[in-house]
Amino acid sequence: MNNQTPTLSELADDLITPPLTLWQLGWLRFRRHKMALFGGVILILLFIFAFGGAFLYTEKYANFNDTSQRLLAPSAEHPFGTDSIGRDILARTIYGGQISLFIGLVSVIIETILGIIIGALAGYYGGVIDAILMRITEAMLNIPTIFLLIVMAKFFGGNVPEIEIAGRVFSGSVIVIIVIIGATSWMYLARIVRAEFLSLKENEFILAARATGTSNSQIIFYHILPNTVAPIIVSSTLSVANAILAEAYISFLGLGVMPPTATWGNMLESSAKYLDSAPWLWFFPGMLILLTVLSINFIGDGMRDALDPRSRTI
Amino acid sequence: MSDSNTLVEVKNLKKHFPVTRGIILQRKVGVVRAVDGISFSIQRGETLGMVGESGCGKTTAGRTMLGLYPATDGSVIIDGDDILHARGKDQLKIRRKAQIIFQDPYASLNPRWTVNSIVSEPMRVHKLFATEKERSERAKDLLGMVGLSPHLLNRFPHEFSGGQRQRIGIARALASDPLFIVCDEPISALDVSIQAQVVNLLEKLQDQLSLTYLFVAHDLSMVRHICDRVAVMYLGVIVEIAEQNELYENPLHPYTQALLSAVPVPDPRKERARKRTILVGDVPSPINPPSGCRFHPRCPVAIEKCKDIVPEWREVSPQHWVACHLVN
Repeated sequence: MNNQTPTLSELADDLITPPLTLWQLGWLRFRRHKMALFGGVILILLFIFAFGGAFLYTEKYANFNDTSQRLLAPSAEHPFGTDSIGRDILARTIYGGQISLFIGLVSVIIETILGIIIGALAGYYGGVIDAILMRITEAMLNIPTIFLLIVMAKFFGGNVPEIEIAGRVFSGSVIVIIVIIGATSWMYLARIVRAEFLSLKENEFILAARATGTSNSQIIFYHILPNTVAPIIVSSTLSVANAILAEAYISFLGLGVMPPTATWGNMLESSAKYLDSAPWLWFFPGMLILLTVLSINFIGDGMRDALDPRSRTI
Repeated sequence: MSDSNTLVEVKNLKKHFPVTRGIILQRKVGVVRAVDGISFSIQRGETLGMVGESGCGKTTAGRTMLGLYPATDGSVIIDGDDILHARGKDQLKIRRKAQIIFQDPYASLNPRWTVNSIVSEPMRVHKLFATEKERSERAKDLLGMVGLSPHLLNRFPHEFSGGQRQRIGIARALASDPLFIVCDEPISALDVSIQAQVVNLLEKLQDQLSLTYLFVAHDLSMVRHICDRVAVMYLGVIVEIAEQNELYENPLHPYTQALLSAVPVPDPRKERARKRTILVGDVPSPINPPSGCRFHPRCPVAIEKCKDIVPEWREVSPQHWVACHLVN
């Protein structure tokens, strides 16, 4: 008659508050991490600066040089001053910021993909595949990264044609730098992923999936990988800061992104000769790099605590 | 022994794990003979119990039978097809007929998946329904069959108790309409009050769906309750198989006798009066199993012959098989 009347157990199901997902729980914990929140706010402001600033100045203006205006101290007309060939530093930090943040994010995407594939194959299949991949990883780790970066930048950075993306012309060296940074930084992530796979694949839910006939690739991507997101995200976040730093120092050594395309790193390079006479040349790009790296590291620390699977507190 | 009524036939199944040394150039320094040539068959609708102490290879046997570990030797024929030697699509077809329920309800469900994804996974893999919605409907039915509310479909495993998780595991095993289920100590990790519920559920499902079970356990009283026939394993081999009552009333192998005498009797007076066979020493290493009869170093009645000659596997009375020199 009244089949619609809920039973007691069904009522109980409705009464219990829905459980927190990993992300909700993570956000609750992340919110308590004051420095991470602070870093998040700074990073958002930096993004607004780099991408919103493009509405104030055109890229042409950022690359426009007027030698009569060279090495001017900050003033109302040029808030950050001008550089050694008379370009406006504020406009250049805006466009350089876009490139630096772009390099940081995209190279980390490459790094993450490489790290996940290599770590997952080594951890899941084990045996000979594991031995080979891990020896390669260790060999890569043994070469100092800076040395590897310089050699690869020198080798591949020769004559790269300019490329056009979304109406803007980039020096081809941007792509080269992204690939180089991505290809020299996946090793730590690969080891993290491998370790996670080694422990997760022994779980009985993997055996259950195999008993059903689930294919290896489905087990890797749908069963194991979702259980490793937390450490991967933390590691990748921290890597963004490292990638921006790596770009800065190869550009500083003159092997990175080629002028006229500005990056915070190559702006520092051109200021090396004027450390005393024109400190605004290095102060603004240097400060922006510092702020970006610092805020990303704070966010990474906050995420590490927030997504820690062993922590059960809110 | 094989006829149309036999669902599962295991012939000379062996699983050896290599023991290796070295990191890059691994050399084999020995083998663990976890399962060393077992043969038995299971009739349709029957429950075969498999008992033995820890480390005797019963779990390995159950998992190797389904091809979860690559078998060293032997064959397992399920409903006429050899599961271990089939590949690709053929193997998938056989896998649909055989499923497994695990011991640890906390490790056997993916913590990142909802109950719906877990229970409908076998249907997705075997492409049983056209749409995800039909699979969800079927998953709801399955939850009802194992005594869970269909409302729980979108919950995650960590929101359930051990007994409920085990029910989810059972629902997953049923999702592909299997004929045969390996129950790998399905109740050992559960609370005693929950154990009875899960065993009753397994029995009810067996009647409803005419399932065949291989019930791996070390709880002898539970095995007696649920099984039709019982196989006793020791150090990778089966030493005795008999019908449940026959084995418990008339155990022939000295190891079976010792195992049964370890079961406490609820009456304290009888308990004090009865004579127990207490085995001395530990189970020998399966890397170097004893020669002859594997049980001879611990056997209370071993004779000289047991040290050298492997006892013959023979049928001493109808349906009662034993491997011991002393049994006539």
